[in-house]
Amino acid sequence: MQTLRKCHPETLDGLGYPAGFVHGLLDPDCPTPALVAGPNGKAADKRFNVYRNNVTVSLIDALAAVFPATMRITGEAFFRAMARFHIRKAPPTSPLLFEYGRDFPDFIEHYEYAQSMPWLADVARIERAWLDAYHAADAAVLEAGPLALIPPERLSDLVFVAHPATRIVRSAYPAVTIFSANRASDPVGRIDATAPESALVTRPALEVEVRLLPPGVDTFLDGLIAGEPLGNAAATASTCCLEFDLSAAIRMMLEAGAVAAIQQGG
Amino acid sequence: MPKLAIHADRSASGTLRFPAHPIDGLAGTSFKHQHLPSILADGDRDDGFFEVHAENYMGAGGPPHAALARIREDYPVSLHGVCMSIGGPQPLDKAHLGRFAQLVERYEPALVSEHLAWSTHNTTYYNDLLPLPYTETTLRRVAEHINEVQVAIRRPLLLENPSTYVRFKESTMSETAFIREIVRRTGCGLLLDINNVFVSATNQDYSALEYLSDYPLEHVGEIHLAGHAEQEDDEGDRLLIDSHDGPVADDVWRLFDIVVDRCGPIPTLIEWDSAIPEWPVLKAEAKAAQAILDRYAALQRERKHANA
Repeated sequence: MQTLRKCHPETLDGLGYPAGFVHGLLDPDCPTPALVAGPNGKAADKRFNVYRNNVTVSLIDALAAVFPATMRITGEAFFRAMARFHIRKAPPTSPLLFEYGRDFPDFIEHYEYAQSMPWLADVARIERAWLDAYHAADAAVLEAGPLALIPPERLSDLVFVAHPATRIVRSAYPAVTIFSANRASDPVGRIDATAPESALVTRPALEVEVRLLPPGVDTFLDGLIAGEPLGNAAATASTCCLEFDLSAAIRMMLEAGAVAAIQQGG
Repeated sequence: MPKLAIHADRSASGTLRFPAHPIDGLAGTSFKHQHLPSILADGDRDDGFFEVHAENYMGAGGPPHAALARIREDYPVSLHGVCMSIGGPQPLDKAHLGRFAQLVERYEPALVSEHLAWSTHNTTYYNDLLPLPYTETTLRRVAEHINEVQVAIRRPLLLENPSTYVRFKESTMSETAFIREIVRRTGCGLLLDINNVFVSATNQDYSALEYLSDYPLEHVGEIHLAGHAEQEDDEGDRLLIDSHDGPVADDVWRLFDIVVDRCGPIPTLIEWDSAIPEWPVLKAEAKAAQAILDRYAALQRERKHANA
């Protein structure tokens, strides 16, 4: 009885039909809602299943579209089963499906059957960042020219405005190498990388770019994106990473279009 | 007959940013980004229009806006909302309505449409066009929602009839009576999806022709044609699925012919949203619709001439 009440709450004002309809959409244990029927006394089970199927399949398809490398790694059947668990637990809360799947990487991290692939969640995080970069606001990127005009002694005071598309994803695993190998259509060979990797995701024009960041550059760029002056960000990066190379980091930042402008100190 | 093919008018600033391509009498297709290079390469700019799902362009920037701006330069565009949830009882999502109105403002579409359906309940979005009972109570609520949309976008909305698989026991009026009354109360126009008429008529065991004779055809501003799939209901009878994954069925083409004979050459869209073919296949389907529209446009001219 309790199940039935949960599946089909009573409504009085003639406007309660969604409550009577939705539970069965994502919960296969709920029977066909009592408020619907087929024509001329026909049953409505297979008819209602059309809606159940539309909802579940289209949402799984939406996740598959956002996370193609993740699906390539797991195989389609594994991915679709994992996605089905997720959509039942956390269906979208926005009609914009390109916003969906933000909590899917965390779900993957704790998904029982994915524990043998501890890097899978980070690959999914890079894919989610890729789509955010794809839809981010358009903005010009800072070119090398204006930066070259600044006297060296003033460089350390510079504060930058991050480009709207710029994202950094850190991983304790070689997630960038695994992402890159599986996002392309070429066959994936043996991956020998084992070191932690960080990705820089940018979209300087209309193409999203994903780069593997050299040691310390993730810390450096995180600092700049948070609004720290260049000198502070570089000092933090050098402290935590002895191999950090500031001029190479600035070159990569400009080449990737990671920043939009100089905010102050220019 | 009132003219419901609303042309790109002016933005709030009073300036047209895109050319005002007329859409009268044209057949169009769903706009798929993978087709953009072929569309631009074949250079056939004199006819046709493109329809986009509004939600795909609600991101801040990037390739979707670049592609839509590019296509809008050369062609009329129809903006088709998929998830306003007009048919739901809860208040419209104001943020979503704001985004929708912004797109209307930004792209100056020739046509703007939404569905007689709902897709959000509380805060969950179900990504499907879900059905509603047809009663005086739901009619009042739907009319309020349409008025709210029309105020936000500052123009009439075209409302699309749904494909349905179930009926609500509490319904007290037919879908056509419901739609006719919505039009009377809100002044909205209609997007007649002829595939949906055929799918619903088959599934609900009524005659598509009778549906069309009860339907207020004089308010139609756009027609949709699409392919459907076939399953079985619990009794083993045919249950049609509005799948948009193949060519338009012969039965639907026949109904289209009847509608165009009565309404004249209304802008007509071939919807194809999954298992999307190469551009030439989709274009050929639109050309088939265009040939029918052109035939009735010529007939209409002859009739006018004869009456003059």
